Amino acid sequence: MATPLQFPCPISPDDGEVVLLGHGGGGLLSQRLLEQLILPALGSAGGVLLDAATLPAEAGELAFSTDGHVVQPLEFPGGDIGSLAVIGTVNDLAMVGATPLALSLSLILEEGLPLDTLSRVLRSAAAAAGRCGVSIVTGDTKVVERGKADGLFMTTAGMGRIPPGVAIGPAAIRPGDAILVSGDLGRHGVAILAAREELGFSTSLESDLAPLHGSVQALLAAGLEIHALRDLTRGGLASALHELCRDAGLGALVQEPLVPVHGAVAAACDLLGLDSLTMASEGRFVLMLPAAQAQEALKLLSREQPSAALIGRIGGEAVLLETSLGVLRPLELGRGELLPRIC
Amino acid sequence: MSPSDTHSSSASKRVHHLLDALHAEISRSWTLMEVCGGQTHAILRHGLDQLIPPQLELIHGPGCPVCVTAAETIDRALQLAALQDVILCSYGDMLRVPGTGPAHLLQARAAGADVRLVTAPLDALTLARAHPERQVVFFAVGFETTAPATALLAHQAWSSGTQNLSLLVAHVRVPPAMEAILAAPGCRVQGFLAAGHVCTVMGRQEYEPIAARLRLPIVITGFEPVDLLEGILRAVRQLERGEGRVEDAYPQAGAGEGNAAARALIERVFCRSDRHWRGLGVLPASGLSLRPPYDALDAERRFPTAAPPAPAGNGNGDQGCISGQVLQGLVRPDACPRFGRGCSPERPLGAPMVSAEGACAAYWRYRQRA
Repeated sequence: MATPLQFPCPISPDDGEVVLLGHGGGGLLSQRLLEQLILPALGSAGGVLLDAATLPAEAGELAFSTDGHVVQPLEFPGGDIGSLAVIGTVNDLAMVGATPLALSLSLILEEGLPLDTLSRVLRSAAAAAGRCGVSIVTGDTKVVERGKADGLFMTTAGMGRIPPGVAIGPAAIRPGDAILVSGDLGRHGVAILAAREELGFSTSLESDLAPLHGSVQALLAAGLEIHALRDLTRGGLASALHELCRDAGLGALVQEPLVPVHGAVAAACDLLGLDSLTMASEGRFVLMLPAAQAQEALKLLSREQPSAALIGRIGGEAVLLETSLGVLRPLELGRGELLPRIC
Repeated sequence: MSPSDTHSSSASKRVHHLLDALHAEISRSWTLMEVCGGQTHAILRHGLDQLIPPQLELIHGPGCPVCVTAAETIDRALQLAALQDVILCSYGDMLRVPGTGPAHLLQARAAGADVRLVTAPLDALTLARAHPERQVVFFAVGFETTAPATALLAHQAWSSGTQNLSLLVAHVRVPPAMEAILAAPGCRVQGFLAAGHVCTVMGRQEYEPIAARLRLPIVITGFEPVDLLEGILRAVRQLERGEGRVEDAYPQAGAGEGNAAARALIERVFCRSDRHWRGLGVLPASGLSLRPPYDALDAERRFPTAAPPAPAGNGNGDQGCISGQVLQGLVRPDACPRFGRGCSPERPLGAPMVSAEGACAAYWRYRQRA
């Protein structure tokens, strides 16, 4: 007699070890998947099984955001699609000054996905939600045929509460504002690229994936007048600055030597012909506020990330970079096509 | 924290020292060409062209292998990629360059072709071993710098008897392009900055006859601002003194003798052949082609059923693109009437706007635009 099969996930062994189309059919398999894998994996982060969650109504303004996640590989150094989906949406909320109240989580599963992978990334999502102090209150699961998705896609939406009197956005940006970044750029992008074996390079770098609402709340609590925030995800600092400046109708001047980039990120970018200013982070943001408050903001940001830096100021009409030799050049947007599916 | 050593204060001091010397020593107008696209990008990225004396003009040579690959060769790659069972792989930039029509390999991928990005030729062998039921075609481009790695791929594939790997070879050699530029009517080049990394393979000997015959400074130069300025200063000093010889301003790369083992590998796998350069036309002995027995790996032979593309005049396939003049340094990229007016990296008319090493892309990226 062979040794009994070991199933690392809590679902009933006779359902097999992988996602089946029937898991999305709404019947017994669906119910088992939900009750025996998804809800236990989410644990205390998960909510009750109603068609819609109900939240207490509050006075003031709410923030609402959604984000689809298709990262490949599903698990990478420093995170996975579960933690990324939770923290990504929490960070989107944080960029308007909101603290997260509740999240939804929707899964599109490809037939054949190992259930232990699903269990791991859901546990990771739950741990990330716990770290962010937010509950996952509603969700959905669908299954598509093998070949119609790449393992697992995950969509989160989130609601957050904005403290009274806070109005963060490009309209608040003023000429002369200081531009800061909350830490060194591009670790997430490089970690994902390295995790994709076909690029044939390895690095000890981990993704910088981290929730940002704590840093934003600390800045607000110190009474700093935050004009604009943007997380440095796809397109990196270059995209964030261009978008904010375009919406504000202003330019910016960034001192290239002041922009913090870890040596391993710089080396990987050199090797691959990429620009670290366009590399994605998942735990960094750019901040604009009155120049007089820049040093205090820098002090607060440095407590979280010693590499935080004051990198430039708002002004002029174009988004420019001043090189170490004192020459100005435009800050170019990345093309992005060689870096798909990083989040 | 930054990739370039220019940010260290000693490198910065050295840059300013070299600039001071250049300003002090130059007495009249000179025109230099940097051959390598990587050097063009470094010059524009760091703004060196704005810091050197105004009498000194740097013009940008054809040293971007992606830019000089003939449109017809890209058509051939598109044909191969469209074949059932073929996995076509190449370097990232090569996938974005249009052939004689607007189509490029990334579009072919979106339309269902199996086109993959590799960062090293030997990745193609890994792909072939992972997919024994498919035919893997490696689209090999580059100068003498990447030719040894392609030669290694061919040698390993041939000696291991790999049946499902072939190569579409578009490798080119630098010296014939330099000769063609010097022979072209209207050539203003008075000295060359030769690419240090090419010389780490090929050494300096190929340049000696050119420099001697034309009494022309050819200075082997690196890629950082300090290295580039060192090369520029040495070339200007030669010109000011009426000298014209090969000089190594990048000795840390060991360029003098080159790499004999790499050269032997190139010689073993490739023979010289005439090659059509985009914008420059057919240059004699300017290409590398697989020699027997490695020619058994030639994708052109393995897939003869794919009709050869119709010969199209200039190899450009570029409507309204004057890339030939740009690649010869006759027209500065931003002086092209289509620069930013119907031609940009998003909608390129010609290869120099596509490639990360292309001169037009460098101007687009690092210069203010109207």
